[in-house]
Amino acid sequence: MEQKLVALSGNEAVAYAFKQAHPHVASAFPITPQTEMMHKYAEFVANGETDTEIILVESEHSAMSAAVGSAAAGARTFTATSSAGFALMWEIVYITASLRLPICMALVNRALSGNINIHCDHSDSMGGRDAGWIQLFSENAQEAYDNAVMAWRIGEHKDVRLPVMVTYDGFIISHTADALRMLPDDVAYKFIGDYKPGYALLDVENPITVGPLDLTDYYFEHKADQIAAYAKAAEVVQSVSEEYGALTGRTYEFCEEYKLDDAEMVMVILGSSAGTAKDVIDEYRAKGVKVGLLKVRMFRPFPAAYIAEKLAGRKAVAVLDRSASFGGFGGPVFTEVRSAMYGRQVPVRGYIYGLGGRDFDLGQVAKVIEDLQKVAAGGKVEDVNLLGVRS
Amino acid sequence: MAVNLKTLTHNEDLLSGGHRACAGCTGANILRQVMLTAGPDTVVGSATGCMEVVTTIFPYTAWKTSFIHSAFENAAATISGAETAYRALKKRGELPVEREKINFIAFGGDGGTYDIGLQSLSGAMERGHNMLYVCYDNEAYMNTGIQRSGATPLGAHTSTAPAGTVKQGKEQNRKDLTSIMVAHNIPYVAQTTPFHWKDLATKVEKALAVDGPAFLNVLMPCPVGWHFDTAIGQDLAREAVECNFWPLFEVENGVYTINKKPKEPTPVADWMKKQGRFKHVFKPGNEHLLEASQQFVDAQWEKLLKLEAMTNS
Ligand SMILES: Cc1ncc(C[n+]2csc(CCOP(=O)(O)OP(=O)(O)O)c2C)c(N)n1
Ligand code: SF4
Ligand SMILES: [Mg+2]
Repeated sequence: MEQKLVALSGNEAVAYAFKQAHPHVASAFPITPQTEMMHKYAEFVANGETDTEIILVESEHSAMSAAVGSAAAGARTFTATSSAGFALMWEIVYITASLRLPICMALVNRALSGNINIHCDHSDSMGGRDAGWIQLFSENAQEAYDNAVMAWRIGEHKDVRLPVMVTYDGFIISHTADALRMLPDDVAYKFIGDYKPGYALLDVENPITVGPLDLTDYYFEHKADQIAAYAKAAEVVQSVSEEYGALTGRTYEFCEEYKLDDAEMVMVILGSSAGTAKDVIDEYRAKGVKVGLLKVRMFRPFPAAYIAEKLAGRKAVAVLDRSASFGGFGGPVFTEVRSAMYGRQVPVRGYIYGLGGRDFDLGQVAKVIEDLQKVAAGGKVEDVNLLGVRS
Repeated sequence: MAVNLKTLTHNEDLLSGGHRACAGCTGANILRQVMLTAGPDTVVGSATGCMEVVTTIFPYTAWKTSFIHSAFENAAATISGAETAYRALKKRGELPVEREKINFIAFGGDGGTYDIGLQSLSGAMERGHNMLYVCYDNEAYMNTGIQRSGATPLGAHTSTAPAGTVKQGKEQNRKDLTSIMVAHNIPYVAQTTPFHWKDLATKVEKALAVDGPAFLNVLMPCPVGWHFDTAIGQDLAREAVECNFWPLFEVENGVYTINKKPKEPTPVADWMKKQGRFKHVFKPGNEHLLEASQQFVDAQWEKLLKLEAMTNS
C-alpha cells in the first residue's frame, strides 16, 4: 500500500487524521496554538471534503459539553483545545471519561496561565492526567498523525470506551511543517471502522438515563469499574498499535526506546524534546558514554510495570518534566517513574524544563547527561532540578 | 393549536411516580406536563438541580425517555450536542431508529439558567439548534439549600441573603431572563406556570413546532424555599399571574402576545403574604420594600404592554 509523503504542520496532520475517521460531529472553540487545526478542519467542511457537523460553541466548557451530548447521542465526536481552553473544560473532561464516552481530543500543549503564555509546556495535559482519558504524546507530526488515527480504534473498543487525548507540542509540532506519510483515506477508515456506540440517546426505542445522581451506595463500585478499565485500555493500545505497525510499517509501543539496550544511564522524556535529546545522546555515545532514552508515548494509563522493566538495572535515570507540580515532589512524570521504580535500587533524578516554551537546547541535555554520570558514579545530584532557568 | 385535556390525559405519562420531589413541589408537575405534550420521541437533558436529583437517583430513574445529565451549567450545550448528532446521523442515514422527528428538550433551574448556565444557553440559542430550553424557575438554588439567585425577587429571604437585623433579604430585583432570551431573536419565547396547564401545553406544542430554538420560562412555586403550605403551590402559581408578578405571554418571531390580562391585578403584597420568605417584609419599617416590589411589577407590566402594542402595530 502506498502512503503518500506529505509536508504538513502537526495541526494539519491531525486535522487530516481526524477527517479520515469520518466523525459525525466536532465542537471546538479557538485558542492558540490549536486554532489552525480547527481552521483546517473547517476548510474540509466548507469544501465538502467531509460532512462533519461542526458546533462552533461559545466556550471550551460548552465545546466539551456539546461533545458529551453528541457522543452520548451516538455520534463519533471530537474536540480540540490548548491550555486555558482545556482548563475551562476540566469539569466536563472528568465527566466524559466517567460516562465512558470515546471522544477524541487534540490537545495542543501550551503553558497554563498565569502569567498568560502561548508557548509549549505540558502543564495542560498534566493537569488532566487524573481525569480518566487515555493520553498519547507525540514527538513530531508523523506521530501526532498516527496517534490521531489510532485514537479512535482504542477509545471506541468495546472493552475500553474511554476518551482519548492526542497531545502534541504547541508551535514546535503544531506549527512546524514536517514530512510525514499518510494513509489513503479508505485504508485509514477501514482501519478505524464504523462507530458502534454501546448505548445511544437517539435510540428512543430503548431509552437510557445517562449521568444520574450516584450516591454512597453505588458510586464507588462505578469508580472501581472505571479503574479496572485502564488495564484493559493499555492492552488495547498495545494491540491496536501492533496492528497499525503491520499496516504502516511504523511501530509504536507504550514507550519508544533509543539506544536503550546497553544504556547504563537513561533519560525519560515526552514529546518533541525527545528529538533534541537523541541528538545529544548520539554525541555522548560517540564519546563512549552509555546513555539512552525512553520516550513515553502513553502517559495514561501509566505503564508502570513496563517502564520499571525498561529501567531496571540501570545506573542512573533522569526524568524530564515539561511541567511543574507546584508544591509537589518534582514533576508528574518524575513522581510516577520514581514510584514505579520503588525497590529497584535505581537512582532516579527529576528535571523540570521548558516551561512557557523556554527553549530546550543541546546544553540542557548535556547537563543532564553530565549529572547522570555523576549519579552513576555515586556523586550527589539533587532529587529535583530546574533546567535552563536563570538563577 | 388546540390542546385538549382529553387527548393530553390519554398521552403516556413519561415521568413515573416515585421520584423524590418534596411534597407539594410543583416542579414535577412542570416536567410531566411538558413531557405529556412532547411525547416519547424526545431526548431530555437536565442541569444539576432539584429536578435532576429527585428524578434520577441511581439505580432508579423516573424518566421513560432518553435522558442525560452532565453538569450544572451546561444543559443547553449538552442538548445542542445531542441535537447536532441527530442531524449528523440523519444526514448519513445512520440513526438507530427512524423517526419523523425527535424533540430535544433541556431543563434547567433558575440557577442553572439565569446564572451559571446563561452563557451556555445564550450560545445554544444563538447557534440556532432545533431545541427547547425549559427553565423551571423556583427563584433560588433550592437543591443546595435555598441560596439566592439572579431570579430571586427583591426582599426574599434566602440562606445566602437572609433577613436579619440589619439586612432584609435580597437587595436587588430579579433579572428579566425572558427578555434576554427575546433579545436572541429566536422564533419562540414564552412564560407560563404549571397551574395554567392549557397555556403550558399550548406553548410546549408551539415551541416544539418551530424550526429553531425555543425558550420557556416556567414559574415554579417551591414550598421548601418559599415557605408555604404544601397544598397551595398551584394557587401561588395562579396568583403570581393575577398580580402581574409573572405575566403569561409569548413572543413569536418578535411579536408579543400577552395571554392573560388580569382585569384588576391583585396587589403583589397579597401574593407575597402567603410566603414565609417575605415574612419580614411585612414588619414595620420595611414598607419601602413592599412599595419597591409593587413598583417593579408595575413597571415590568407597563413595559410588556408597550412591547405588545409596539410589536403588533
Ligand atoms: C459547577 C457547580 N457549581 C455548583 C454546584 C452546586 N449546585 C448544584 S445544584 C445547585 C443549585 C441549583 O439551583 P437551580 O438551578 O435554581 O435549581 P433548583 O435546585 O432550585 O431546582 C448548585 C449551586 C454544582 N453542582 N456545580
Ligand atoms: S426543594 Fe423545592 S424545588 Fe426542590 S424538590 Fe423540594 S419542593 Fe421541589
Ligand atoms: Mg432554583
